[in-house]
Amino acid sequence: MLKEYLSSLDEQFVSQNQSEQEWLRSLKLEAFNTLREIGFPVSRKGNEKWKYTSVSPIVNNVFLLSKPKDINIDEIKKQAPWSDDWYNIVFVDGFINKNISNIPDSGISVSSLGLSENSIGELIDFSDDGFAALNSAFLSDGLIVSIEDSFDTSKVLNIIFYNSGTELEFNNPRLHITAEENSSSVIIESYVGGSNKNSLTNSVTEMELKSSAKITHYRLMSESNNTYNVGYGRVRLSDDTEFYSSSFFRGANIGRYDLNVLVDGERSHCDLKGLYVTSDEQHMDNFINIDHAKPNSSSNLFYKGILSGKSKAVFGGTVLVRKEAQKTFSVQSDKNLILSDQAEVDSKPALFIYADDVQCAHGATAGNIDEDSVFYMRSRGIDLEAASKLLIYGFADEIISFVEETELKNFIEQKFLESLPSYKFEF
Amino acid sequence: MGKIMNDRNKKLLNVNDLHVSIDDKEILKGINLSVNLGEVHAIMGPNGSGKSTLANVLSGRPGYSITSGSIEYLGENINEELPEIRARKGIFLAFQYPVELPGVRTWQFLKSSVDAIRKENGEKELGVKEFDQLLEVHRNKVEMNPDLVKRSVNEGFSGGEKKRNEIMQLSLLNPTFALLDETDSGLDIDALRIVSNGVNEFKSESNAVLIVTHYQRILDYIKPDFVHVLVDGNIVKSGDGNLALELEEKGYEWIKESISSGN
Repeated sequence: MLKEYLSSLDEQFVSQNQSEQEWLRSLKLEAFNTLREIGFPVSRKGNEKWKYTSVSPIVNNVFLLSKPKDINIDEIKKQAPWSDDWYNIVFVDGFINKNISNIPDSGISVSSLGLSENSIGELIDFSDDGFAALNSAFLSDGLIVSIEDSFDTSKVLNIIFYNSGTELEFNNPRLHITAEENSSSVIIESYVGGSNKNSLTNSVTEMELKSSAKITHYRLMSESNNTYNVGYGRVRLSDDTEFYSSSFFRGANIGRYDLNVLVDGERSHCDLKGLYVTSDEQHMDNFINIDHAKPNSSSNLFYKGILSGKSKAVFGGTVLVRKEAQKTFSVQSDKNLILSDQAEVDSKPALFIYADDVQCAHGATAGNIDEDSVFYMRSRGIDLEAASKLLIYGFADEIISFVEETELKNFIEQKFLESLPSYKFEF
Repeated sequence: MGKIMNDRNKKLLNVNDLHVSIDDKEILKGINLSVNLGEVHAIMGPNGSGKSTLANVLSGRPGYSITSGSIEYLGENINEELPEIRARKGIFLAFQYPVELPGVRTWQFLKSSVDAIRKENGEKELGVKEFDQLLEVHRNKVEMNPDLVKRSVNEGFSGGEKKRNEIMQLSLLNPTFALLDETDSGLDIDALRIVSNGVNEFKSESNAVLIVTHYQRILDYIKPDFVHVLVDGNIVKSGDGNLALELEEKGYEWIKESISSGN
């Protein structure tokens, strides 16, 4: 099946637009040759990166490269976080749709792929990653953003990747953000849409924070139960930077987010939070790495999961503190609330410390809500169902409460929590 | 003794030969206790005597099995009643160790509680503003820091703040029957005074209080009408407030000895 898939990709690759610029042609060719060589990570034996997630359901489909489509803006507003006060940029099936996007005219420069070479791909290493190679080989469109220090920080940059759910199409959007020195910005990256047909979104995001830059980043995945969504994010921090990134996962049949933050500067802070809410037969895999390469920086990795139905979640969180990274302060934790006997989480926090003067801690928990909490609420007249709901919301709120943008917070509460089946803790 | 004991309309609680086990181990071995409106009762006893079990089983905590006997509240047998139903009917338990509820805002928690009880009484849910005003009144009574209301329930509260929160809830929910489980433990003198004032302000002819305590100290502030001494799952002696003072002076050994010698 995989062979068939690769040969289909072969044909598709050859028939791509031949008039692209030379740098893009050669990038694509290199990526495609890599993909042909390494294939997709179907074998899980000895494959730490994909140990708990089978990609067979994805690569057993023969996907065809998506084509640009039009979409009604109301459909987007229904499915994605939205405010007319924001800069909203909408991709439909991997292509920027300029008709429904409002692209800022100052403090920021935005361009589509193919217009400039820029530094696209600098943070990406697709040599051992089939999906990242696939994205590069079939890059159709992308957004290249450069945020200057004059950017109006009250404006949110809302980037929506809408998947129309067209049967057996795959799309490969690329987002490349450079936060220039002293700039500050709020960026939302959301993946929405889908249908009852199989489709694949295979995205790559690169973020480069130059010295004293700050990014507050939100990443949402809220697609239908038949989509596959594979995301690959690479972030590099210079000196005195702050990177706050909160990820919220509610949907996709199989969702995967591979995020690697290289703390390549001193006095920088990397704060990664996440909430995954899985139900039915969904599968969500977070593969998160923080790489401390310079001294005097800090990181905080805090993820939570709520699992119901027959869903499965994977959390692989690794903090690496290199020898030079003295005085690193790092904490990480992953807490899971499991609401059904058939749901499962594989949580694997890990710390690799090669410096001797650091403060690091990690931990993971999985379980039900404790009985005392429920009784305390019942003893105040709150019934089991309402108590369970308050406690589940409370569990999620520890992550959601960090969201400062009201419209986004409301969207998350609605999409992520109100959609949960009503639940009663039993003792 | 027994100022209104024989008045039938005042009868609130009647515990009759109550036997309770946890995991097949019998903890309460035939408790008889009668509480009328307007009364304050204290249950005293050494560690492990079953004091907290009694408070918990009256409030309906799961995990305890009543093997025989009955709990009658307002004339109804409530042996099988769910804890939330008991709460809505006016039974309140102030916890020995108030539970932290991460992520559940105190405000939301209290409003859900007030609304659940109002609903039981056929009243409408309170609007946000009305509830804010109500909460403000009761929060002030126990001198509770206003910021705590915005925080997660009991999370990061000091021991004293947690107990004040319990008494604030007592004041806010205005139950008919208040059970205070070791409310004095972990309180300094100032907090003890505030908590006691809260209880004293609460108690009236239309409710009753049952205080479970190891020490006599809190009874200097909240005067009991009746004191019952619980030893090894049985009430071995009952008396008025003076019994507490006698216990404080002579210790629980005195009671145990006087039982075994048959006095």
